[in-house]
Amino acid sequence: MSQSRRLAAGGHVDRARSLSFRFDGRSLEGHPGDTLASALLANGVRLVGRSFKYHRPRGIFSAGVEEPNALVELREGARREPNTRATVVELFDGLVAASQNHRGSLAFDWMAVNGLLAPWLGAGFYYKTFMWPAAFWERVYEPLIRRAAGLGRASGLPDPDHYGTMHAHCDVLVVGSGAAGLAAARAAGATGARVILAEQDFMLGGDLLNEPGLEDWRREQLAALAAMPELRLLPRTTVFGFYDHGVLGAAERVADHLPEPPPHAPRQRFWTIRAKEVVLATGGHERLVAFPGNDRPGVMLAGAARTYARRHGVRAGDAVVLFATHDAAYDAAFAIAEAGAAISAIVDPREDSAAMQRARDAGFDVRARSVVSDTTGRAGIHAIEVRARDGAGRGVALPADLLMISGGWNPAVHLASMSGAPLAWNEELQSFLPGAPVQRERSAGACRGVNGHAAAAADGADAGRAAAIAAGFAGAEAFAAPAAPAPDHRPWPLFEVKGGKAFVDIQDDVTADDIRLAHREGFSHVEHAKRYTTHAMGTDQGKTGGIVGAAVLAEARDENLEKVGLPRFRPYTSPVAWGTMAGDGVGAHFQPTRRSPLQAVHDALGATWMDAGLWKRPAWYPKAGDANLWASIRREARAVRERVGICDVSTLGKIAVEGPDAATFLDRVYSNTFSTLPVGRARYGLMLRDDGLVFDDGTTSRIAEHRFFVTTTTAQAGPVMQHLEFHLATAWPELDVSLASVTDQWAAIAIAGPRARAVVAAIVDGLDVSNEAFPFMAVADCRVAGAPARLFRISFSGELAFEIAMPAGFAAHVWAAAMAAGAAHGIEPYGLEALGLLRIEKGHVAGPELNGQTTAHDLGLGRMLKKKGDFIGRAMALRPGLVDPSRPRLVGLRGVDPGRPFRAGAHLVAPGGGPSQGWVTSMTPARISSRRAAGRARAGSPA
Amino acid sequence: MLRIDCPHCGPRDEAEFTYRGDATVVRPGPDAGIEAWDDYLHLRDNPRGWTVEWWLHSAGCRAVLKVRRHTVTHQVDAVAVAGGRPGTDRA
Repeated sequence: MSQSRRLAAGGHVDRARSLSFRFDGRSLEGHPGDTLASALLANGVRLVGRSFKYHRPRGIFSAGVEEPNALVELREGARREPNTRATVVELFDGLVAASQNHRGSLAFDWMAVNGLLAPWLGAGFYYKTFMWPAAFWERVYEPLIRRAAGLGRASGLPDPDHYGTMHAHCDVLVVGSGAAGLAAARAAGATGARVILAEQDFMLGGDLLNEPGLEDWRREQLAALAAMPELRLLPRTTVFGFYDHGVLGAAERVADHLPEPPPHAPRQRFWTIRAKEVVLATGGHERLVAFPGNDRPGVMLAGAARTYARRHGVRAGDAVVLFATHDAAYDAAFAIAEAGAAISAIVDPREDSAAMQRARDAGFDVRARSVVSDTTGRAGIHAIEVRARDGAGRGVALPADLLMISGGWNPAVHLASMSGAPLAWNEELQSFLPGAPVQRERSAGACRGVNGHAAAAADGADAGRAAAIAAGFAGAEAFAAPAAPAPDHRPWPLFEVKGGKAFVDIQDDVTADDIRLAHREGFSHVEHAKRYTTHAMGTDQGKTGGIVGAAVLAEARDENLEKVGLPRFRPYTSPVAWGTMAGDGVGAHFQPTRRSPLQAVHDALGATWMDAGLWKRPAWYPKAGDANLWASIRREARAVRERVGICDVSTLGKIAVEGPDAATFLDRVYSNTFSTLPVGRARYGLMLRDDGLVFDDGTTSRIAEHRFFVTTTTAQAGPVMQHLEFHLATAWPELDVSLASVTDQWAAIAIAGPRARAVVAAIVDGLDVSNEAFPFMAVADCRVAGAPARLFRISFSGELAFEIAMPAGFAAHVWAAAMAAGAAHGIEPYGLEALGLLRIEKGHVAGPELNGQTTAHDLGLGRMLKKKGDFIGRAMALRPGLVDPSRPRLVGLRGVDPGRPFRAGAHLVAPGGGPSQGWVTSMTPARISSRRAAGRARAGSPA
Repeated sequence: MLRIDCPHCGPRDEAEFTYRGDATVVRPGPDAGIEAWDDYLHLRDNPRGWTVEWWLHSAGCRAVLKVRRHTVTHQVDAVAVAGGRPGTDRA
């Protein structure tokens, strides 16, 4: 029965080529131009999934992004993607898909027992049932719910594909390629404006694809657009969000229609589009009617059945009933009749209309003032029940394997609403239309209630031309709108036929009764009702039933639908894959990596690397014979204590502060004084925040009267730079100071240990580095091994030490010279771990102590708060809470049991217990001298 | 995403900027007292409508900008370089 429901001719499928695919293990065939849904229908597949909560059998309900039911797991292995809408999946050869959300087979799902439990599974069921006992939540309830809930399964494997990111600017962005969109793009493009036309479908044309009589007009427009050099067509691209200032987001499915992406091509591409003007031509979504059994396989939106017949050449049923509330839906009956189906009846709540008359003329059994009140059939309907509009109870049964329904059309106002435009109620269409624009956007065609291809094309052309003119372009090109009749979309306001289980949200299994329950229990605001019932959530976001649920709520509240309104529209209009959003920012590209100019040197020495913010820093340098990493670290630290060590300190932040007011500026940003610092000297400085807590520390040197060289910690280099720039610009704009970050321009090497001077003396040219000529805290520009350099006599380890800064390109040269000169003295490179050990032993503070919660007093640096003159943080540093003498203070710690190392973060308690006396902030198990950890403990506590 | 028209660089994405807080509060003098500093540091109006903010063009020219923004519509109608250097306003 291969493609038993495929028509012999017509539509946009290429019958000359066949594509094989598998669904739940069955091998089937379709054609290019099919979606997975149209191909399944062509093969007579009706049951495609199980519902979210009650595990009810479900079939294909729509022909587009609004699909609530036909969610499948697409592809296999690492490419398996759950919850993919079969109605938008472009068929390719070798496609593999599986139905989801059933235990056992799709036809017999053990979880369907939930349907029998339905009376107890109403809205808010979780909140009411899984309350007690509290201890059961984590161990029993949550695992149970997690197993039962959800839909498809993620692959659980790393994604083998990659994703692209694009940024685009344009004068006019047109969203949608129906009659309105094509005309808008053509009119805008004719002015020479840069136009992007984005269409989520793989074929351009929107509803024109369902109109064989308008095919020539569609082709003419496509040819005209293709000839425009400044126009970019983006098929398979969903514009999912309209953000501030004319920024829109879009997802382009570059290779989703292929088994796997071609080499070097991304699977999808994330577009950030900045548009001067936007034309929204997004069309509409047909809405359902809530009636008992409206979710069974075989119930389908009328427009969808029409699309399958006209565009895909598929007859979705043989015995068909149309249940419609407006004239425009009647074309579906004619389309499916042309496709060879028998129309059992047309059920309409209205008295009479032009379309009803036409249908009678065509010989159809039109049942006026009637509604569908039930459906029967397990894996697919075989009959429906019709009763009088104002009646109750059981009606007359009619045989049907396809029930086409239409409760009217909702203009797709999602993007307009996201752009900030209010929504305005339209009584005729019983729906909401976009109101006055807030941003530079305009809607055209069906998405603002202008229906019919001729009217929509004219509306689109006007909008496109107006948008181009608003973007600064002129000129126009006359082209004809298509000749087409204007269907009447005004529905009889029927949202619900009361009786049994009538679904307002088919994907989330929300019934009209659930909405009423939410109202009775106080969740009467449309946003509250949404969250209480899960109405209008999920992949379809209530596109088919959102307004129906709101109408049921309005009736329960005894208010009109206009007042009740809809839940707020937010991105995304359609689901977007995480991979697309991440783009290429994954793995090593998640964030930039900063590397020292000495990276190659450290690699040659076999360094073990560790991350310090974005930086890679050597942690230690393993050597043959080291028993473990701590032996390496101890060896490196011992070299510094006993002989000499060399360390890359290039990552420290460096800021040039220059200008006539530089000293005044530094006096204000540091808690201590720099205006008294002589040229050629460095000073340790402490920076506070405005709230009085310590921000950062470092040494600052005076290179010349008006030139200072500030260093910061590695971690705070960026924040300190911003802090200085911000205060200079906003607090003291009168100061004549310039700031430049020079972190990357200067590399820096520390040479520390008793023999450091001998090593430095051997490589420095023309500078006396004796203690008398170059004392502690001296600074001088000089040459080192022939390279321009700046020498500092500063120490972070407590040993005699020098730091040599040089332009980054000379770093490897200077390092090599220092290693050569130090060879005779037993020089050893040391990494971040040994540096930490040495500074803990010395009592210097670093990141764990400068954590944004400590004061200068806490750190034993209270003497650095100058008494004279203002500085950032002075006023608040005197707050009572910050000068409380009982605040925990920095102390050195030594364990009594050498076999039991501390852990950073461990709390200190007295032997035998009791309250915490403080905690360990930094520790090192690799003791050289006496101190093994730093901690903060309350004053007077035993530590 | 906001687009901020930097007087030096032209219209740029919000992602290039670092928000630096409310520009309507006035930094107290050195001897204003703890209460005034507490207000300045911790108390903020939450206006529904127009407000003025500091934005640092951190991935651009590094200027600190004073930006007038509407908190409901996110409309930005004036951008100036902090410190009021002449010829740098864009209204």
